[in-house]
Amino acid sequence: MLDLRLYMAQRLSALVMTPLVLGHIAVMIYAIQGGLSTAEILGRTQGSLLWFLFYGAFVIAVSIHAAIGLRVIAHEWGGLKGRTLDGLMWAVGAGLLALGARAVLAVTLP
Amino acid sequence: MTTTPDTLRVTVQRGTAAALRRETFDVPAYENQTVLDVVTWIQQMADPTLSYRFACRVGMCGSCAMMVNGVPRWTCRTHVKKVAADGELDIAPLRNLPVIKDLAADMDPFFDKWVAAEARLHPSAGRDEAFDPVTSQEPARAEADLGIECINCGICYAACDTVAGNPDYLGPAALQRAWTLLNDSRDADRDGILAAVSGKGGCHNCHSMGSCAQYCPNDLNPMRAIAGLKRETVRAAWGRKRDA
Repeated sequence: MLDLRLYMAQRLSALVMTPLVLGHIAVMIYAIQGGLSTAEILGRTQGSLLWFLFYGAFVIAVSIHAAIGLRVIAHEWGGLKGRTLDGLMWAVGAGLLALGARAVLAVTLP
Repeated sequence: MTTTPDTLRVTVQRGTAAALRRETFDVPAYENQTVLDVVTWIQQMADPTLSYRFACRVGMCGSCAMMVNGVPRWTCRTHVKKVAADGELDIAPLRNLPVIKDLAADMDPFFDKWVAAEARLHPSAGRDEAFDPVTSQEPARAEADLGIECINCGICYAACDTVAGNPDYLGPAALQRAWTLLNDSRDADRDGILAAVSGKGGCHNCHSMGSCAQYCPNDLNPMRAIAGLKRETVRAAWGRKRDA
Protein backbone atom coordinates (compact mmCIF):
# COMPACT_ATOMS: atom_id res chain seq x y z
CA MET A 1 0.00 0.00 0.00
CA LEU A 2 2.95 2.31 0.70
CA ASP A 3 5.95 1.59 -1.48
CA LEU A 4 9.36 3.24 -1.32
CA ARG A 5 8.32 6.12 -3.63
CA LEU A 6 5.28 7.14 -1.59
CA TYR A 7 7.27 6.74 1.63
CA MET A 8 10.01 9.03 0.28
CA ALA A 9 7.49 11.58 -1.00
CA GLN A 10 5.87 11.76 2.43
CA ARG A 11 9.17 12.05 4.30
CA LEU A 12 10.60 14.67 1.92
CA SER A 13 7.40 16.74 2.04
CA ALA A 14 7.60 16.60 5.85
CA LEU A 15 11.19 17.82 5.60
CA VAL A 16 10.04 20.81 3.55
CA MET A 17 7.12 21.54 5.89
CA THR A 18 9.13 21.60 9.12
CA PRO A 19 10.86 24.99 8.65
CA LEU A 20 7.81 26.43 6.89
CA VAL A 21 5.51 25.56 9.82
CA LEU A 22 7.96 27.19 12.22
CA GLY A 23 8.21 30.28 9.96
CA HIS A 24 4.42 30.44 9.65
CA ILE A 25 3.89 30.33 13.41
CA ALA A 26 6.69 32.81 14.10
CA VAL A 27 5.23 35.33 11.64
CA MET A 28 1.74 34.82 13.11
CA ILE A 29 3.00 35.66 16.58
CA TYR A 30 4.99 38.61 15.28
CA ALA A 31 2.22 39.94 13.02
CA ILE A 32 -0.53 40.16 15.63
CA GLN A 33 1.51 42.38 17.94
CA GLY A 34 -0.37 45.67 18.07
CA GLY A 35 -3.51 44.39 16.32
CA LEU A 36 -4.25 42.79 13.03
CA SER A 37 -6.04 44.05 9.93
CA THR A 38 -6.70 42.76 6.42
CA ALA A 39 -4.90 45.76 4.97
CA GLU A 40 -1.83 45.01 7.07
CA ILE A 41 -1.68 41.37 5.92
CA LEU A 42 -2.28 42.20 2.25
CA GLY A 43 0.22 45.04 2.46
CA ARG A 44 2.83 42.49 3.45
CA THR A 45 1.91 39.70 1.02
CA GLN A 46 0.62 41.37 -2.16
CA GLY A 47 3.28 41.57 -4.82
CA SER A 48 5.77 39.71 -2.62
CA LEU A 49 7.68 36.98 -4.42
CA LEU A 50 9.06 35.76 -1.09
CA TRP A 51 5.64 35.09 0.44
CA PHE A 52 4.44 33.58 -2.85
CA LEU A 53 7.34 31.10 -2.78
CA PHE A 54 6.99 30.50 0.98
CA TYR A 55 3.29 29.63 0.93
CA GLY A 56 3.45 28.13 -2.57
CA ALA A 57 6.02 25.59 -1.34
CA PHE A 58 3.97 25.06 1.81
CA VAL A 59 0.82 24.27 -0.17
CA ILE A 60 2.62 21.82 -2.47
CA ALA A 61 4.24 20.01 0.47
CA VAL A 62 0.95 19.83 2.40
CA SER A 63 -0.92 18.47 -0.62
CA ILE A 64 1.60 15.64 -1.07
CA HIS A 65 1.98 14.89 2.64
CA ALA A 66 -1.70 14.90 3.56
CA ALA A 67 -2.79 12.91 0.50
CA ILE A 68 -0.39 10.07 1.34
CA GLY A 69 -1.27 10.17 5.03
CA LEU A 70 -5.00 9.99 4.30
CA ARG A 71 -4.28 7.14 1.86
CA VAL A 72 -2.84 5.11 4.74
CA ILE A 73 -5.81 5.85 7.00
CA ALA A 74 -8.34 5.11 4.23
CA HIS A 75 -6.69 1.73 3.62
CA GLU A 76 -6.06 0.61 7.19
CA TRP A 77 -9.24 2.00 8.76
CA GLY A 78 -11.59 2.31 5.79
CA GLY A 79 -10.60 -0.79 3.84
CA LEU A 80 -10.26 1.08 0.52
CA LYS A 81 -8.04 -0.63 -2.05
CA GLY A 82 -6.71 -0.46 -5.60
CA ARG A 83 -8.06 2.23 -7.90
CA THR A 84 -10.50 3.61 -5.33
CA LEU A 85 -7.59 4.18 -2.95
CA ASP A 86 -5.41 5.73 -5.67
CA GLY A 87 -8.35 7.89 -6.78
CA LEU A 88 -8.94 9.17 -3.25
CA MET A 89 -5.24 9.99 -2.81
CA TRP A 90 -5.05 11.96 -6.05
CA ALA A 91 -8.37 13.70 -5.38
CA VAL A 92 -7.24 14.80 -1.91
CA GLY A 93 -3.87 15.95 -3.25
CA ALA A 94 -5.38 17.84 -6.19
CA GLY A 95 -8.13 19.32 -4.02
CA LEU A 96 -5.71 20.63 -1.40
CA LEU A 97 -3.42 21.96 -4.12
CA ALA A 98 -6.30 23.78 -5.85
CA LEU A 99 -7.66 25.31 -2.63
CA GLY A 100 -4.20 26.24 -1.38
CA ALA A 101 -3.04 27.68 -4.70
CA ARG A 102 -6.22 29.79 -4.90
CA ALA A 103 -5.56 31.20 -1.44
CA VAL A 104 -1.88 31.87 -2.13
CA LEU A 105 -2.66 33.63 -5.40
CA ALA A 106 -5.43 35.65 -3.77
CA VAL A 107 -3.09 37.18 -1.19
CA THR A 108 0.13 37.45 -3.16
CA LEU A 109 -0.92 38.70 -6.61
CA PRO A 110 -0.37 42.46 -6.77
CA MET B 1 1.66 -16.32 50.24
CA THR B 2 -0.97 -16.29 47.48
CA THR B 3 -3.65 -18.93 47.36
CA THR B 4 -4.27 -20.76 44.10
CA PRO B 5 -7.91 -21.33 43.15
CA ASP B 6 -8.92 -25.01 42.88
CA THR B 7 -10.13 -24.65 39.31
CA LEU B 8 -9.45 -22.38 36.40
CA ARG B 9 -12.32 -21.08 34.31
CA VAL B 10 -11.06 -21.45 30.75
CA THR B 11 -12.86 -20.11 27.69
CA VAL B 12 -11.66 -21.57 24.40
CA GLN B 13 -12.49 -20.47 20.86
CA ARG B 14 -13.83 -23.48 18.97
CA GLY B 15 -14.86 -24.32 15.43
CA THR B 16 -13.82 -23.28 11.95
CA ALA B 17 -13.99 -19.84 10.35
CA ALA B 18 -17.48 -20.67 9.05
CA ALA B 19 -18.88 -21.17 12.57
CA LEU B 20 -16.85 -19.85 15.49
CA ARG B 21 -18.07 -20.31 19.05
CA ARG B 22 -16.64 -20.13 22.57
CA GLU B 23 -16.78 -22.96 25.07
CA THR B 24 -15.95 -22.81 28.75
CA PHE B 25 -14.17 -25.55 30.69
CA ASP B 26 -13.33 -25.93 34.37
CA VAL B 27 -9.73 -27.11 34.59
CA PRO B 28 -7.94 -28.17 37.80
CA ALA B 29 -5.44 -25.56 38.92
CA TYR B 30 -1.93 -26.52 39.98
CA GLU B 31 0.93 -24.64 41.57
CA ASN B 32 3.08 -25.04 38.45
CA GLN B 33 1.13 -25.03 35.23
CA THR B 34 1.61 -23.57 31.77
CA VAL B 35 -1.15 -22.44 29.42
CA LEU B 36 -0.20 -25.34 27.13
CA ASP B 37 -0.74 -27.73 30.07
CA VAL B 38 -4.25 -26.32 30.44
CA VAL B 39 -5.04 -26.78 26.73
CA THR B 40 -3.64 -30.31 26.84
CA TRP B 41 -5.75 -31.14 29.93
CA ILE B 42 -8.89 -30.00 28.10
CA GLN B 43 -8.08 -32.18 25.09
CA GLN B 44 -7.14 -35.26 27.12
CA MET B 45 -9.71 -35.05 29.92
CA ALA B 46 -12.67 -33.00 28.67
CA ASP B 47 -12.97 -32.89 24.89
CA PRO B 48 -10.68 -34.98 22.63
CA THR B 49 -11.94 -33.13 19.53
CA LEU B 50 -10.08 -29.95 20.55
CA SER B 51 -7.49 -29.08 17.89
CA TYR B 52 -4.31 -27.23 18.75
CA ARG B 53 -0.66 -27.27 17.78
CA PHE B 54 2.53 -27.88 19.75
CA ALA B 55 5.77 -29.82 19.43
CA CYS B 56 8.81 -29.16 21.63
CA ARG B 57 7.19 -27.79 24.84
CA VAL B 58 10.42 -25.93 25.69
CA GLY B 59 10.20 -22.71 23.67
CA MET B 60 12.26 -23.77 20.69
CA CYS B 61 9.92 -24.83 17.90
CA GLY B 62 7.53 -21.86 17.82
CA SER B 63 4.40 -23.89 17.09
CA CYS B 64 2.26 -23.41 20.23
CA ALA B 65 1.61 -19.65 20.06
CA MET B 66 -1.98 -18.62 20.84
CA MET B 67 -3.90 -15.59 22.06
CA VAL B 68 -4.10 -15.79 25.85
CA ASN B 69 -6.43 -13.25 27.47
CA GLY B 70 -6.14 -11.20 24.28
CA VAL B 71 -2.33 -11.23 24.16
CA PRO B 72 -0.20 -13.39 21.82
CA ARG B 73 2.00 -15.74 23.84
CA TRP B 74 4.09 -18.90 23.51
CA THR B 75 1.84 -21.11 25.60
CA CYS B 76 4.48 -23.69 26.56
CA ARG B 77 6.55 -21.07 28.39
CA THR B 78 3.67 -19.03 29.79
CA HIS B 79 2.79 -19.83 33.38
CA VAL B 80 -0.90 -19.57 34.19
CA LYS B 81 -0.13 -17.76 37.44
CA LYS B 82 1.53 -14.92 35.53
CA VAL B 83 -1.35 -14.27 33.13
CA ALA B 84 -4.48 -15.32 35.05
CA ALA B 85 -4.21 -14.15 38.63
CA ASP B 86 -8.01 -14.35 38.98
CA GLY B 87 -8.15 -17.90 37.63
CA GLU B 88 -9.77 -16.96 34.32
CA LEU B 89 -8.24 -17.74 30.95
CA ASP B 90 -9.47 -16.86 27.48
CA ILE B 91 -7.63 -18.81 24.77
CA ALA B 92 -7.97 -18.22 21.02
CA PRO B 93 -5.95 -18.94 17.88
CA LEU B 94 -3.31 -16.40 16.79
CA ARG B 95 -4.70 -13.09 15.56
CA ASN B 96 -4.27 -11.86 11.98
CA LEU B 97 -4.30 -15.41 10.57
CA PRO B 98 -7.14 -17.59 9.20
CA VAL B 99 -8.48 -20.26 11.57
CA ILE B 100 -8.17 -23.89 10.48
CA LYS B 101 -10.02 -25.30 13.48
CA ASP B 102 -10.25 -24.41 17.16
CA LEU B 103 -6.81 -23.15 18.29
CA ALA B 104 -4.92 -24.07 15.12
CA ALA B 105 -4.30 -21.01 12.95
CA ASP B 106 -3.36 -21.34 9.28
CA MET B 107 0.30 -20.23 9.13
CA ASP B 108 0.44 -20.21 5.29
CA PRO B 109 0.04 -16.43 4.85
CA PHE B 110 2.76 -15.90 7.46
CA PHE B 111 5.30 -18.12 5.67
CA ASP B 112 4.24 -17.00 2.18
CA LYS B 113 5.32 -13.53 3.25
CA TRP B 114 8.76 -14.79 4.29
CA VAL B 115 9.20 -15.94 0.70
CA ALA B 116 7.76 -12.69 -0.68
CA ALA B 117 10.26 -10.70 1.42
CA GLU B 118 13.14 -12.76 -0.06
CA ALA B 119 13.77 -13.82 3.53
CA ARG B 120 15.67 -16.92 2.43
CA LEU B 121 19.38 -17.45 1.91
CA HIS B 122 20.70 -16.68 -1.56
CA PRO B 123 23.96 -18.65 -1.48
CA SER B 124 27.12 -16.80 -2.45
CA ALA B 125 29.19 -19.98 -2.81
CA GLY B 126 28.74 -23.60 -3.78
CA ARG B 127 29.27 -26.48 -1.38
CA ASP B 128 32.85 -27.06 -2.53
CA GLU B 129 33.90 -23.41 -2.31
CA ALA B 130 35.18 -21.57 0.73
CA PHE B 131 32.61 -19.37 2.46
CA ASP B 132 33.00 -16.21 4.49
CA PRO B 133 33.87 -16.98 8.09
CA VAL B 134 31.43 -15.45 10.55
CA THR B 135 33.10 -13.13 13.05
CA SER B 136 30.92 -11.59 15.71
CA GLN B 137 33.11 -8.48 15.91
CA GLU B 138 32.10 -7.22 12.49
CA PRO B 139 29.31 -4.55 12.83
CA ALA B 140 27.05 -6.03 10.11
CA ARG B 141 27.36 -9.48 11.68
CA ALA B 142 26.58 -8.06 15.12
CA GLU B 143 23.44 -6.46 13.66
CA ALA B 144 22.41 -9.76 12.05
CA ASP B 145 23.04 -11.62 15.31
CA LEU B 146 20.42 -9.45 17.06
CA GLY B 147 17.69 -11.03 14.96
CA ILE B 148 18.70 -14.60 14.24
CA GLU B 149 17.10 -16.21 17.29
CA CYS B 150 13.63 -15.93 15.72
CA ILE B 151 11.69 -19.20 16.14
CA ASN B 152 8.96 -18.33 13.58
CA CYS B 153 6.22 -18.51 16.21
CA GLY B 154 4.13 -15.76 14.59
CA ILE B 155 3.58 -13.83 17.84
CA CYS B 156 4.90 -10.56 16.38
CA TYR B 157 2.68 -11.04 13.34
CA ALA B 158 -0.36 -11.56 15.59
CA ALA B 159 0.59 -8.56 17.73
CA CYS B 160 1.08 -6.20 14.78
CA ASP B 161 -1.73 -3.68 14.31
CA THR B 162 -0.35 -2.73 10.90
CA VAL B 163 -0.88 -6.31 9.71
CA ALA B 164 -4.41 -6.14 11.15
CA GLY B 165 -5.21 -3.03 9.11
CA ASN B 166 -3.18 -3.83 6.01
CA PRO B 167 -3.32 -7.55 5.12
CA ASP B 168 -0.69 -7.18 2.36
CA TYR B 169 1.96 -5.97 4.83
CA LEU B 170 4.79 -8.52 5.04
CA GLY B 171 4.94 -8.27 8.83
CA PRO B 172 7.72 -8.06 11.43
CA ALA B 173 9.09 -11.62 11.29
CA ALA B 174 9.62 -11.78 7.53
CA LEU B 175 11.15 -8.30 7.45
CA GLN B 176 13.46 -9.06 10.34
CA ARG B 177 14.65 -12.19 8.55
CA ALA B 178 15.28 -10.12 5.41
CA TRP B 179 17.31 -7.70 7.55
CA THR B 180 19.49 -10.45 9.05
CA LEU B 181 20.21 -11.79 5.55
CA LEU B 182 20.97 -8.30 4.27
CA ASN B 183 23.64 -8.10 6.97
CA ASP B 184 24.95 -11.61 6.29
CA SER B 185 28.14 -11.65 4.21
CA ARG B 186 27.17 -15.09 2.87
CA ASP B 187 23.98 -13.82 1.21
CA ALA B 188 24.44 -12.89 -2.44
CA ASP B 189 21.25 -11.02 -3.34
CA ARG B 190 21.27 -7.67 -1.57
CA ASP B 191 19.46 -5.91 -4.43
CA GLY B 192 16.81 -8.64 -4.55
CA ILE B 193 16.08 -8.32 -0.82
CA LEU B 194 15.94 -4.51 -0.97
CA ALA B 195 13.54 -4.68 -3.93
CA ALA B 196 11.36 -7.28 -2.19
CA VAL B 197 10.97 -5.18 0.97
CA SER B 198 10.28 -1.95 -0.98
CA GLY B 199 7.03 -3.01 -2.66
CA LYS B 200 3.42 -2.29 -1.74
CA GLY B 201 3.46 -4.52 1.34
CA GLY B 202 7.03 -3.69 2.29
CA CYS B 203 8.87 -2.25 5.27
CA HIS B 204 7.69 1.32 4.56
CA ASN B 205 4.21 0.43 5.82
CA CYS B 206 5.49 -0.04 9.39
CA HIS B 207 4.17 2.61 11.80
CA SER B 208 6.82 1.79 14.43
CA MET B 209 4.17 1.01 17.04
CA GLY B 210 6.47 -1.59 18.56
CA SER B 211 4.05 -4.40 19.45
CA CYS B 212 6.43 -6.84 17.74
CA ALA B 213 9.24 -5.95 20.13
CA GLN B 214 6.85 -5.76 23.08
CA TYR B 215 5.52 -9.32 22.67
CA CYS B 216 8.43 -11.23 21.07
CA PRO B 217 9.02 -14.14 23.48
CA ASN B 218 12.73 -14.14 22.64
CA ASP B 219 13.12 -10.40 23.33
CA LEU B 220 14.02 -9.64 19.73
CA ASN B 221 13.30 -6.23 18.22
CA PRO B 222 11.86 -6.55 14.70
CA MET B 223 11.01 -2.82 14.76
CA ARG B 224 14.74 -2.06 14.86
CA ALA B 225 15.30 -4.40 11.91
CA ILE B 226 12.49 -2.72 9.93
CA ALA B 227 13.96 0.73 10.69
CA GLY B 228 17.25 -0.61 9.33
CA LEU B 229 15.53 -1.79 6.14
CA LYS B 230 13.90 1.62 5.68
CA ARG B 231 17.32 3.26 6.06
CA GLU B 232 19.05 0.91 3.62
CA THR B 233 16.31 1.09 0.97
CA VAL B 234 16.43 4.89 1.04
CA ARG B 235 20.22 4.86 0.91
CA ALA B 236 20.19 2.46 -2.04
CA ALA B 237 17.60 4.60 -3.88
CA TRP B 238 19.71 7.78 -3.47
CA GLY B 239 22.82 5.85 -4.49
CA ARG B 240 21.20 4.65 -7.70
CA LYS B 241 20.22 8.22 -8.60
CA ARG B 242 23.78 9.45 -8.04
CA ASP B 243 25.26 6.63 -10.13
CA ALA B 244 22.89 7.25 -13.03
